[in-house]
Amino acid sequence: MKKIIEMFLCFLRIGAFTFGGGYAMIPLIEKEFVDNKNWISKEDFVDIIVLSQSLPGALAVNSSLFVGYKIFGVVGAVLALLGVVIPSFTIIIVISLLFVKFRQNPIVNSAFNGIKSAVPMLILFAIISLGKSLKKNVPTITILLISVFLLLYFNLHPILLIIFSIICGIIFLERNV
Amino acid sequence: MDILTKLFMVFWKIGTFAFGGGMAMLSLIEREVVANYHWISKDTFIDIIGISQMTPGPIAINSATFVGFTSAGVAGALSATSGVILTSFILVSLLHHFVSKFKDSKYLKLALAGMRPAIIALIFSVFIKLAWTSYSSIKGGIIALIAAGMLHYKIHPILVIVASAFLGIIIGM
Repeated sequence: MKKIIEMFLCFLRIGAFTFGGGYAMIPLIEKEFVDNKNWISKEDFVDIIVLSQSLPGALAVNSSLFVGYKIFGVVGAVLALLGVVIPSFTIIIVISLLFVKFRQNPIVNSAFNGIKSAVPMLILFAIISLGKSLKKNVPTITILLISVFLLLYFNLHPILLIIFSIICGIIFLERNV
Repeated sequence: MDILTKLFMVFWKIGTFAFGGGMAMLSLIEREVVANYHWISKDTFIDIIGISQMTPGPIAINSATFVGFTSAGVAGALSATSGVILTSFILVSLLHHFVSKFKDSKYLKLALAGMRPAIIALIFSVFIKLAWTSYSSIKGGIIALIAAGMLHYKIHPILVIVASAFLGIIIGM
């Protein structure tokens, strides 16, 4: 009983301090559950992270569920997820209330106009860093170019594109994996 | 279908196909939440991306909560957020005993290899859509260049967003 509360509080703390995306959570989970408490082995943790990145959904959500399951079965998984989600959920609700009230304030508006200019750069840098780690063989680049074309010219729905790319991967990329 | 069910279903769809991290999920969110359902405007969408960098939590949760709340209060926030995590919960529940087996699955690796270029394309399409909206002034361009410089020198995105907010105020955007 005590262990499970401890796990929940730990995830609450992790959830409250993970800024800028799920990847930031990885070292935090490792430090707490692998290094400090030793409730998960390093090998199991690495496997969890790899699989969590491969599955759909947020990395933070997938990995906390896996870790929770490992430590305490389904109850652990639910509590781990709640721990990770509750801080964001609460903070965003507060921000949403403030947002609705203050968004039109001239100073707030200027601040957001500034933010608006920076956000596409964040996205661009994400593209650059993903591009660096992309295997640059002919089939992969072909999928990339076809995808860009389908998205921008035909406005293909992202879900359809993902399905298309999974099929392409299975059919064409055997040699290159 | 009432708004709560719709929020749940749409975010469930988003959570089911969001491979490749928060940035890739943005393209799904933009398509469904902004373009299809008009639950938030494109401008607000950009706002929430910025806010998400400064607040804890993954963008999936942040945007689900925000869109849910602004559309239908706390019940909306709960519906959207439960939707976005549902598929993760189901998949992890099914796979948690087989983690090492699945991570090595040949088909998973092939599927991922196929998805990687598509994910880059998806993020690129978001970039194009947002840059179109954001860059209509010289002041915007200046802040963008400064942001790019900061990111190039590996300054954390939180600081970049905070700095851009200050710059926005200072240069009177």
